[in-house]
Amino acid sequence: MLNARALAATALLPLVANAQNQVNMSTGVSEAGAVITDLGVEIYDLHMLIFWICVVIGIGVFGVMLYSIYAHRKSKGVEPSQFHEHTGVEIAWTIVPFFILIGMAVPATSTLLEVYDNDDAEMSILVTGYQWKWKYEYLDADGENVAFFSNLATSQEQIYNTDTKGENYLLEVDEPLVIPVDTKVRFLITANDVIHSWWVPEIAVKRDAIPGFINEAWTRVLAEGVYRGQCTELCGSYHGFMPVEVHVVGQNEFDDWMAAKKGAAAADAALAATELSVDELMARGEDVYNASCLACHGANGEGGLGNAIAGSAIAMGGLDSHLSVIVNGVAGTAMQAFGAQLSDVDVAAVTTYQRNAFGNNTGDVVQASDVVSYKEG
Amino acid sequence: MGDHHHGPAKGLSRWLYTTNHKDIGTMYLWFSFAMFLLGGAFAMIIRAELFQPGMQLVEPGFFNQMTTLHGLVMVFGAIMPSFVGLANWLIPMMIGAPDMALPRMNNWSFWILPPAFLMLASTLLMEGGAPAFGWTFYAPLSTTYAPPSVTFFIFAIHILGVSSIMGSINIIATVMNMRAPGMTYMKMPLFVWTWLITAFLLVAVMPVLAGAVTMMLMDIHFGTSFFSAAGGGDPVLFQHIFWFFGHPEVYIIILPAFGVISQIIPAFSRKPLFGYASMVYATAAIAFLSFIVWAHHMYTVGMPVAGELFFMYATMLIAVPTGVKVFNWVTTMWRGAMTFETPMLFSIGFLVLFTIGGFTGLMLSIAPADFQYHDTYFVVAHFHYVMVAGAVFSMTAAIYFWLPKWTGRMYNETMGKVHFWVSFIGFNVTFFPQHFVGLAGMPRRIPDYALQFADFNMMSSIGAFIYGASQLLFLYNVIAAIVAGEKVSDEKVWDGAEGLEWTLPSPPPYHTFETPPKIEEQPAH
Repeated sequence: MLNARALAATALLPLVANAQNQVNMSTGVSEAGAVITDLGVEIYDLHMLIFWICVVIGIGVFGVMLYSIYAHRKSKGVEPSQFHEHTGVEIAWTIVPFFILIGMAVPATSTLLEVYDNDDAEMSILVTGYQWKWKYEYLDADGENVAFFSNLATSQEQIYNTDTKGENYLLEVDEPLVIPVDTKVRFLITANDVIHSWWVPEIAVKRDAIPGFINEAWTRVLAEGVYRGQCTELCGSYHGFMPVEVHVVGQNEFDDWMAAKKGAAAADAALAATELSVDELMARGEDVYNASCLACHGANGEGGLGNAIAGSAIAMGGLDSHLSVIVNGVAGTAMQAFGAQLSDVDVAAVTTYQRNAFGNNTGDVVQASDVVSYKEG
Repeated sequence: MGDHHHGPAKGLSRWLYTTNHKDIGTMYLWFSFAMFLLGGAFAMIIRAELFQPGMQLVEPGFFNQMTTLHGLVMVFGAIMPSFVGLANWLIPMMIGAPDMALPRMNNWSFWILPPAFLMLASTLLMEGGAPAFGWTFYAPLSTTYAPPSVTFFIFAIHILGVSSIMGSINIIATVMNMRAPGMTYMKMPLFVWTWLITAFLLVAVMPVLAGAVTMMLMDIHFGTSFFSAAGGGDPVLFQHIFWFFGHPEVYIIILPAFGVISQIIPAFSRKPLFGYASMVYATAAIAFLSFIVWAHHMYTVGMPVAGELFFMYATMLIAVPTGVKVFNWVTTMWRGAMTFETPMLFSIGFLVLFTIGGFTGLMLSIAPADFQYHDTYFVVAHFHYVMVAGAVFSMTAAIYFWLPKWTGRMYNETMGKVHFWVSFIGFNVTFFPQHFVGLAGMPRRIPDYALQFADFNMMSSIGAFIYGASQLLFLYNVIAAIVAGEKVSDEKVWDGAEGLEWTLPSPPPYHTFETPPKIEEQPAH
């Protein structure tokens, strides 16, 4: 009885909590009134133009129909007319819509040509879809690329209703894409496994990420802020859990962020040369596990979409075969080759974690140098 | 054994061995209704999970199995076989033929369907689960990354294709060869016309689907790389092949629905169909256009801009013949003497909601705007307006319209009207808010969603439960009519109904038109 009442209360909660429900496409203008992208505004205007044309035609058609339903009913004693063709009318309602369509095609064509104008980009970012995360790689002119993965940051507890859902539930990531304001950014979009689609509604960019293809898209964001989107092509079990988060910042802030990223990459490389303690490896390994392994292998290594890790022959057997699975993946399955996704330190940490967590307790410690020597064969 | 069978055999063998178009039509209709309830049950699971944000009832992987099976069962199990059943019952009676041209093949094309769907449903119990890659089964999610049950899915699709092709050849052969003397093409009822054109579409595109799934099979088991980029293949090729089938498939579903509506609206307006000839030409034009618009499902795959423009212009053109049809139906109603029995209510519901689906279709055809609509709930709303309010509403109208003819018994009119209003309201409460969440940015095929979509999703789920429940009322009404409905005394049943089937007794004898009827000289209707 109590349970039923609690259930009813939670059932009604969203109706109260979200007073504002967005019913239309993003206008391309921020809440403060600043234009986010010119293209977004143009697409919104086009969408509304077609919508209103449809509304006017709809009022005409439904109006005639409703009047007819009201006036031409047998209960009013009307005698049915027997006319059944009229060449003039029939030609008219074939020709007139054709001209209306031409009126729609003209602005649609010009907007489409702009969407496809990828020239003169000031910077390029390679976006790669993985099951189920995005990789962003800033393609630097002097070859010093910065790359990182962007994972869902919403906790499993929120998803499984044991914790209160945050404001940006399912739309938040651990490391967002950062781009400078008022800069023409070209996205090169591809995928590593299945087809994904990279979409941020407010900046009006959506392009499929297809393995073996590199698609192009671009944006020039005029208003600083945080813009959120999601993967929009079914890509497997956790398709609903790979958001996109874009931070648009001033040029100076962007430069600082980029410098910090490059510094962190250098620090990671330095870390790979040192010996880490078991605790350090386990702590780091847990973070890596939660971001990269948990979705398939479960919060307690119990398995799910992937095999169980707790008590598994691989995680408790020979180190080389364990590293092989993590670094090279397993062909023909959803197990990816993480050697290309994680740094050597992270591979070492997560391997250590898997061999000692969930009751595996092998006592093995794997260092980055072990991963390097494994990779070198 | 005499020269004439005057009645059906008794027992199970009647249904197993039957070559009678009425028996086969009946089996198709009951089978499709069973599939409609099965696909509906999958939809209820989907809507129950989406009732609130967060994962409550099912796991994400199982959710994807539900969306996949819901689509496959509804398209291939419910809608397509239901219209084949309708064709079986009606085409011979409408053109004055004694039966279908190829009766043994007719039996076979039905009886391979139940095993195919049994096999498809059994994938739910297999290790790795049922197919979970969407009813559009894009590679490589459906090949390299698919569960092992995909092989059974491929086999099921092959069988469905064989069934559809056999059914279509039968319809083409029947319409071309078995019309009563004097039943010229331009005198055929529009339902026969739309099915003739549909049958040609089926014969043209089902082999393409068979090719696509065969290539998948080769990729999965025989080491080819048609759709695998790593082996030099092309994942986009899959989409081109799929939609070259898939877009005509959409019209395969909707053209017979147009035919049904073109029979019912004149009957209850007591006035001939307006623009019969232009209806035929518009149907043919839609069928032709359906072959050159497929890539409008793929605006975001990165086609060259010239390709985008071609497919956008061609898609927009579909609005012209579709508009002609809507204008013709409204003009048929104009200055008629209308009554609003259940079939007419469902037909008017079709007309209103299908037109709304047509408007959103026009919006979706605009390529640059589609970059914002693509793969969102706006698309889900659009195709349910044309599939459910289009195909399913017209099918429901057809059942109410011809049931008294088939069984000789009348359904309960009040219950029929209640069924209509509950369906109409339930349908709109389900799918209208999906336009809003789609535009606001909710992707389709996700088991969980951001909080700003919560209210409309809850509304959608409530509507879906109402719509789902109302179908049980329909089932009850049909069974009650068959078992204990009031006997129909009049051959015509509806005073405005026109056509050869209404010259037969209600119910019609097991064999009809063994001698061809005389077609009177009268204007086409």
